[in-house]
Amino acid sequence: MKNIIEMRGIVKRFGNFTANDHIDLLVREGEIHALLGENGAGKSTLMNILYGLYRQDAGEIYCKGKLAHIREPGDAMALNIGMVHQHFMLVQPFTVAENLILGKEPVRGLRLDMAAAKRRIRQVSEEYHFEIDPDARAADISVGMQQRVEILKILLMGAEILIFDEPTATLTPQEIQDFFEICRVLQRRGHTIIIITHKLKEISQISDRVTVIRSGKNIATVETSKVDEGRLAEMMVGRAVRLRPSKERREAGEVVLEMRDVHAKDPRGLPALRGLSLQVRSGEIVGIAGVEGNGQSEIAMVLKGLAPFSKGEVRYQGRSYGKGASVQRLIDSGVSHIPEDRQKSGLVLGMSIRENMILGMEDWARFKWGPFQKQKEITAFAEEMRTRYDIRCTGVGQEAQSLSGGNQQKVILAREIARDPQFMIVCQPTRGLDVGAIEYIHAQILEQRKRGCAILLISYELDEIMELSDRILTIYNGEITAEYQAGQVTSEQIGLAMAGFRAAERTGQDVPEKKAGDAV
Amino acid sequence: MDVLTQLLNGSMLAATFRMATPLILGGTGGVFSERAGIMNLGIEGEMLVGACAAAVVGIATGNAWLGVLGALLSGGLMGLLHAFICIRFHANQTVVGTGVNILATGITPLVLQTLYDSGAASPATPTLEAWSVPFLRDIPFLGAVLGTHSPLTYLALLLVPVSSFVLFRTRFGLRVRAVGEHPRAADTMGVHVYRHQYISVALCGMLAGLGGAYLSLCQVSMFVKGMTNGRGFMAMAAMIFGKWNPWGVLLAALLFGCSDALQMVLQAGGSQIPTDFLLCAPYLLTVAALACFVGKAVSPRQVGKPYIKD
Repeated sequence: MKNIIEMRGIVKRFGNFTANDHIDLLVREGEIHALLGENGAGKSTLMNILYGLYRQDAGEIYCKGKLAHIREPGDAMALNIGMVHQHFMLVQPFTVAENLILGKEPVRGLRLDMAAAKRRIRQVSEEYHFEIDPDARAADISVGMQQRVEILKILLMGAEILIFDEPTATLTPQEIQDFFEICRVLQRRGHTIIIITHKLKEISQISDRVTVIRSGKNIATVETSKVDEGRLAEMMVGRAVRLRPSKERREAGEVVLEMRDVHAKDPRGLPALRGLSLQVRSGEIVGIAGVEGNGQSEIAMVLKGLAPFSKGEVRYQGRSYGKGASVQRLIDSGVSHIPEDRQKSGLVLGMSIRENMILGMEDWARFKWGPFQKQKEITAFAEEMRTRYDIRCTGVGQEAQSLSGGNQQKVILAREIARDPQFMIVCQPTRGLDVGAIEYIHAQILEQRKRGCAILLISYELDEIMELSDRILTIYNGEITAEYQAGQVTSEQIGLAMAGFRAAERTGQDVPEKKAGDAV
Repeated sequence: MDVLTQLLNGSMLAATFRMATPLILGGTGGVFSERAGIMNLGIEGEMLVGACAAAVVGIATGNAWLGVLGALLSGGLMGLLHAFICIRFHANQTVVGTGVNILATGITPLVLQTLYDSGAASPATPTLEAWSVPFLRDIPFLGAVLGTHSPLTYLALLLVPVSSFVLFRTRFGLRVRAVGEHPRAADTMGVHVYRHQYISVALCGMLAGLGGAYLSLCQVSMFVKGMTNGRGFMAMAAMIFGKWNPWGVLLAALLFGCSDALQMVLQAGGSQIPTDFLLCAPYLLTVAALACFVGKAVSPRQVGKPYIKD
């Protein structure tokens, strides 16, 4: 098969930093080619060069056998190369049709010819089985659907070679499967696809070949069917990686946290928790498995004292929370929280690492002297955490927003663990992180378990739940639908319970229960 | 009593349209500017400069229509200046708008002083004669309300459907709205972000200038220092109250205009309410309208945020 894209000896420097160091990438016509590498390895840079957003300092690009000079996205487009960015470029209040015609609007006289636009969109949408409604507002459709609109956008521009930058980062598991299906349809229709990713599992599911990049250098290009995940991880990180965290068995202690028949509403005032009960014991990780939006966020909000609950009871270390508790009192009594969205609620992005490091502890005697902050003490503390958690930064004065996702998460983790928590609510701890960082974060969470901390893990990644948890609870529509012992249940069984099938509950009860966790 | 008679014979509603005219013009201009993502606090200043230029050109040429042209051009120039500083230097748009207003309050008395040797007011300008529309003026009541008005009032009323069509039905309008909502998306689709911003902000200045011309050539027939007296800000209020939609601006402007007209009628009718309170009415209404509705009105997403290309 011939190569449709050949990038040879690509070099790109940003100041002293070499993002791409003589990278070769050969993409065959009609294949799905994965570009694998950790965050910051240089894969996005390489693709931005191919799409004309950056210009290479050295190296050549051949497209369909001819030397190509790509100076701007328009040049790439002319070569039928299209790119779907990680952050979608959709005008939210516009309809799908308006978004799709922007920049090359069909007109009749002065008027936009929306009827013609919609006809064309429906036709192409059907051709690729996209099921797009051209009249829907972009703001109202799901993330998966928005992605399809983005794909349709570049197809309408005539793209034959499609570049997807981290396409699954914001998708739900079901949407990821739908996305793969779309990729297969595109492939069948003769398109070539390049997927930038750091998720190993997806590579084996969808790609034909994979090129691994590490620290700006090409490591290898291999047939996906000839390597396993472990080997890919090793090539990506440069050392053997433990994909499955090692977890020793241990008996759970007494109940630290208990929720009994809790009812709560979501921010829009709709019921989100409907009589939810669960227990978490010391030295135990309880995983909540479920599709996003079934009440997981509200569990975290209620337990952190950020949202009130209308009915039921929450007890922490034997004491009742009352209806909504003071966040500060909970923090002081050993409740830690790793929030779902590290940028929105985990960090104050405009503040420095050292300031973020003591959030919630700024009133502790250790860090203040009367109304004043003990600057030296705070810096010393931040430096200690930086070393212990290997936070890569220019200094603890660096703004949190300029850190990579993995390092941002480490700052939060350091802060929350530094309080020696008795109970941790851990939400989506590794969303968007690469293998190395995931391995590290998982190890830290298990370390807390070993120390005797009670941990409630909320994650939309079923694999993560299954690897870390001692007990797994499935949540559906604000209720716990089933309980399983880790290691005695398959992901299919959990998947069914997550989808709300009560039948799976019975399967769950067949599992012999050693502990008295009567959470259902 | 008096109010009731005036309502019945339509003269208060006619006054409503007169008072609303500069607000419709300025507010519609604001819609274009903000839909393109440039916050325009400078409408007041652009209106003031327009009023001054209209008077100066009108007096110099003896032709009120040339005065209107002068207002259009000077307002447009102020708009371009505003756009240039906002776009070229990514300046804070609140500061630039305030600067435009201060520039206008400073430069107009200077012009008065230099040309007419008076710091307070210009000599009388030629008046833009009102039009009396045949047939329309003969319809009972409606004729009294809409039959006879300044050409600029009719222009303002015509501008509403035209702007609405331009914004929501044409290629230019779609692009302007895209630029104000998500400039990067527009850019990746090949839309010239800055070009659309320049055009929209200049257009805003021109319309605000026309509003000013209405004040000096139609309402008073001279230019008085600071004569806009907050009408540019009320136009902005009408824009927000009208949810960045020309039809909404029309309704909001008519509401403000109505309270202004009511205030005049009450005052003329020798009302018991102190004049100062009556004069406050339109402004109080503006504040009340904004306080009650601004939370619900959703502005174009990128308004006030400079777009910086990589």
